[in-house]
Amino acid sequence: MPDSSGSKLPALLSRYQDRILTDWIAAQSDVGVLRADLMREAEIRRQSRSFLTHLTAATKNGVNFDIESDQWQDVRDMLTEVTNYRVDHGFTPTETATFILALKQPIFECLRDQYKDDPQILVEEAWSATVLLDKLGLYTNDIYLRGREDIIQRQQQEMLELSTPVVQLWDRIVALPLIGTLDSSRAQIVMENLLEAVVESKAEIVIIDITGVPTVDTLVAQHLLKTAAAAKLMGAECIISGIRPQIAQTIVHLGVELPQVATKADLQSAFAHALKRTGVTFTGQ
Amino acid sequence: MTHFLEPNRIPIFQIGDCLLLTIQVDLEDRMIMTLKDDLAERIAKTHAKGVLIDISALDVVDSFIGRMLANISAIARILDASTVIVGMRPAVAITLVELGMSLQGVRTALDVDRGMELIRRGAAEEAARLHEA
Repeated sequence: MPDSSGSKLPALLSRYQDRILTDWIAAQSDVGVLRADLMREAEIRRQSRSFLTHLTAATKNGVNFDIESDQWQDVRDMLTEVTNYRVDHGFTPTETATFILALKQPIFECLRDQYKDDPQILVEEAWSATVLLDKLGLYTNDIYLRGREDIIQRQQQEMLELSTPVVQLWDRIVALPLIGTLDSSRAQIVMENLLEAVVESKAEIVIIDITGVPTVDTLVAQHLLKTAAAAKLMGAECIISGIRPQIAQTIVHLGVELPQVATKADLQSAFAHALKRTGVTFTGQ
Repeated sequence: MTHFLEPNRIPIFQIGDCLLLTIQVDLEDRMIMTLKDDLAERIAKTHAKGVLIDISALDVVDSFIGRMLANISAIARILDASTVIVGMRPAVAITLVELGMSLQGVRTALDVDRGMELIRRGAAEEAARLHEA
């Protein structure tokens, strides 16, 4: 690695700024990461110019290759902003990193013009520019992945929260409509949520509606039974509704028995049963 | 025959023809054995029709206590009193189920109010049945 204090890069950057910018945008276009379909050219130009300005400022007092240091704060912020913009606009990680990496060619060309008589300096400067730009390119990759991970985590959380709503249908009657696959961890959350809801809403009857559950295997059936038994211990009765014909066949085929749990074909009949059990009667129609 | 001031004894209250006991302390094995004896005697003496056991203050119910609660309920039934266990916490319910103890034959209710309702309803049903017969 060349001596950072003697780097010719900062001087080069300020001297050829306009030429580098023009060539860089052309280079981005050549390697196909310009993506005029995702982003307006004016925005690309603005981001490119802003990056060059920050890069020049960051290397003003010599090139520091530790891009986590304070000196690179502005460049990092700027790259974070650019990357997040591109995540939102549907760029791939490669396209985002290539935005930085495409800068190599214009810089190399300027270096060649400036130092074509001094191969030693030329190689050293080319190497230091490569190291620097690779680091910055990889940094955008990190940011990109972090952004994606945040999104995935948020969605996961939201799905867990959404997936076990407890609905109060009537005085003393609550329903828990389940949608999606029930695995062990989710079944556990379902059980806990349901029992908490029994305490909170003072429910006497809980209807677990599994219309939206595509498959029921022995494990899921076991979990449902456990939930029903636990609810029973707390003084609430469980009704399982929405069992599709196919699932009914599976349950019988698997030999799972559902004693002390009332099962109904749909939510309507479960609700009717629940009303009857709590002694609610309707007059008239 | 009151046990209020005696240590290691759980007080039993009488409300009409119901006996109410609330377990407010961590149960030791000996305590629940004593409770079983006390309760049997009280039911026989007062001709109580219902027993309400409030366990809402219990954080932990192990398999022994679970079995004892089932035993108490069975003994009470022989003495013609129906037992309702009320106020079990979700965590306790989950634990008991995981232990494979679903307290067969024991009736449960959410709180003392509901438990009382259950006993009265049971008594009313019984009266209606006897009336019909």
